Amino acid sequence: MIQKIKQYKFLFEELVKRDFKKKYKRTVLGVMWSILAPLLNVLVLMVVFVNFFGRTQDHFIIYIFSGTLVMSFFTEATQGCMRALMANASIFTKINVPKALFLMSKTLQAFINFLLTFIIFFVFCIFNDIDFGFHMLTLIYPVLTLLFFSFGVGMILSALFVFFRDVEYLYGIFLTILNYVSAIFYPTSILGKYEMIFHANPVYVYIDYIRTVVIDGVIPSFPLHSLCFIYAVVFLLVGCLIYKKCNHEFLYYV
Amino acid sequence: MAVIECNNVSIRYKTGDIKAIGLKEYVMRKIKGNYSVNEFWADKNINFSLEKGDMLGIVGTNGAGKSTLLKAVTGIMIPTEGEVKTEGKIAALLELASGFDPELTVRENTYLRGALLGYTKEFIVNKYDEIIAFAELEDFQEHMFKQLSSGMKSRLAFSIACLIEPDILILDEVLSVGDEGFKDVSARRIKSILAGGVTGILVSHSVEQVRELCNKVLWLDHGKQIAFGPTKIVCNAYSGFLYTSKAKRKLPSNEEELYEASDRFLHAWYIGEKEKREGKVNFDESVAVKYGRLLNIIDSMTPEEREVLKQEYKALKGGK
Repeated sequence: MIQKIKQYKFLFEELVKRDFKKKYKRTVLGVMWSILAPLLNVLVLMVVFVNFFGRTQDHFIIYIFSGTLVMSFFTEATQGCMRALMANASIFTKINVPKALFLMSKTLQAFINFLLTFIIFFVFCIFNDIDFGFHMLTLIYPVLTLLFFSFGVGMILSALFVFFRDVEYLYGIFLTILNYVSAIFYPTSILGKYEMIFHANPVYVYIDYIRTVVIDGVIPSFPLHSLCFIYAVVFLLVGCLIYKKCNHEFLYYV
Repeated sequence: MAVIECNNVSIRYKTGDIKAIGLKEYVMRKIKGNYSVNEFWADKNINFSLEKGDMLGIVGTNGAGKSTLLKAVTGIMIPTEGEVKTEGKIAALLELASGFDPELTVRENTYLRGALLGYTKEFIVNKYDEIIAFAELEDFQEHMFKQLSSGMKSRLAFSIACLIEPDILILDEVLSVGDEGFKDVSARRIKSILAGGVTGILVSHSVEQVRELCNKVLWLDHGKQIAFGPTKIVCNAYSGFLYTSKAKRKLPSNEEELYEASDRFLHAWYIGEKEKREGKVNFDESVAVKYGRLLNIIDSMTPEEREVLKQEYKALKGGK
C-alpha cells in the first residue's frame, strides 16, 4: 500500500512537471501569465462597469475580483480536466495507469494559479481597506470545497468528452452562460425576492462565501457551509462512479 | 505456479453503437430504422499459461488479435469473457515510441516513462545513467524528444523497459529497432533478462526471431487460437502456412494436424537441402518463393512418395 502511494506520488510529480513545462513553453512571461490574465480581466470589467454604466458600490472592485477569481479557476480546472484524458490517450492505451492522475495534475496546475491570483486579490483587499481579522481564515473552506467540486465536474466532463466530442463546444457555450448568471458584476438583488435561486448555481455559492467573508467581514451562515460541502461531495461522487464504471471502456473510444 | 495465466479469454469490440457514431447519427439511424451495433471478437477463447522464465512468442497474420491479447495481459483491457491472471510487475513495450512527449527532453521523458511504468523515484535516479548509456544517448540527454531519430527513440524506449527489471516483459514488434549493432545487443539483452527468470511475451512478424528467443509459441488467426505449444512444432506449422498460397492455406484444427503441418514444412526444407546437395540452387529465388514451390511439391506427392520421404528424413535426423 505504502509502496503504491510512493509510486503514484512520483508519477503525479512527473505529470505535474510535464504539464507545467508544456504550458509555459516559449512564453516570455511564463507563470506570470496566470496572474496577469485574471488581473486584466478584472480591470476590463472595472472600466466597463464603473465608467460606462456608472456602477458604484462599496468595494466594487473586490466584488468583481472575487467573482472572476472563482470563475477563472473553475473554467481553467474543468476545461483542463475535460481535455486531459483524451490528451493522454496515447499513454493509457499502452500502459495501465490510474487515469484520474492526469486530471489531478491539470487541477493542481489550475489550483496553483488560483492561489497566486488569491495573493493579488489580497493585495487589492489591502488597498481597499478590507478588515483582515481571524475570520479571513475561514476562506480555506470555500477554497478546498471548490477544489473538490471542480475536480468532480472535471471528471464527469472528461469522461463525456471521450464518448461525445461535442461536449467541448457545448461546454464552451455553457461557460459563457455561467459567466453571466453567476452574479460576477451585478448584485443578486436584481432578482428581488427570488434572490435565493442564485444558490442553485454552485459556482455562485463559492463566490458568495468569499464575498461574505471578505466584504461583509463575517463568517457565513451554516446553510452556505452545507451547500459548499454538498456540491463538492455530489459532483466528486458522480465523477468517481463514472470513472469506476468506465475505467476500461475509455480506450475503445479514443 | 504460473506467472501468466489466460483462461478462456475473449475480447469483443463494438462498432457503431451510440458512443461511436454520436448522438445525431444515432437519432438519424433510429428514425430510418437501420441502427445496429456490430460486434466482433478480436480474441476468442484463448488459453495458455506461462511459468517463470518462459518466453512466449505470439505469431499470426495481421489482424489476428495479437496486440489486443497483449492489452488484456497488461491490464489495459478487461476481457469480455474469461480471465487473465498475472504475478508481478509488468513492463510493456507496445508500439514503442508512443507515450513519450515530443516536447520534453530525453531526461524528462526517461523519468516520466519510469514513473508511468510504476517505479519509484529512487529507483529511476539510480538507473538513469545506465539507461542512457545502454541507449547510447549520452550526448542527447537535454535534447527534445522530437529531435531524436526514430532509431534513437526506439532505443530509449527499449532501454527503459529492459533495464528496470520487470517480472514480466512484453514486447510488441520491438526487436526490429535500431541498426544491426543495436539489434544484436538488444537480442542478447533479452536473452540475459530471460535467463534471470523474467517471463516474457514477444509479438513478432519474424518467425526467425521467435525461433531464436522463445520456448513456447501461441498461434492466433482471426482471433482464434490455432495452436499453443513448443516453438519448433508451432513455428514449422506456421511457416508452412505462411508460404502456402492463400487459396490453399489450411489451418490445423487439432494436435495431430499440427504435427502433420510441422512435418510438411520440415519435409519441404529437406527437399530444399537435397536440391542444394545436387547443386540445383537458384540464387534469384527468394525464400518465400522457394518454400512455396517446395511445399507444392510436397502437396502433389502421392502418399507412398510421402512415406519414402518421411523415412529418409527420419534417417537423416537419426543419423545426426
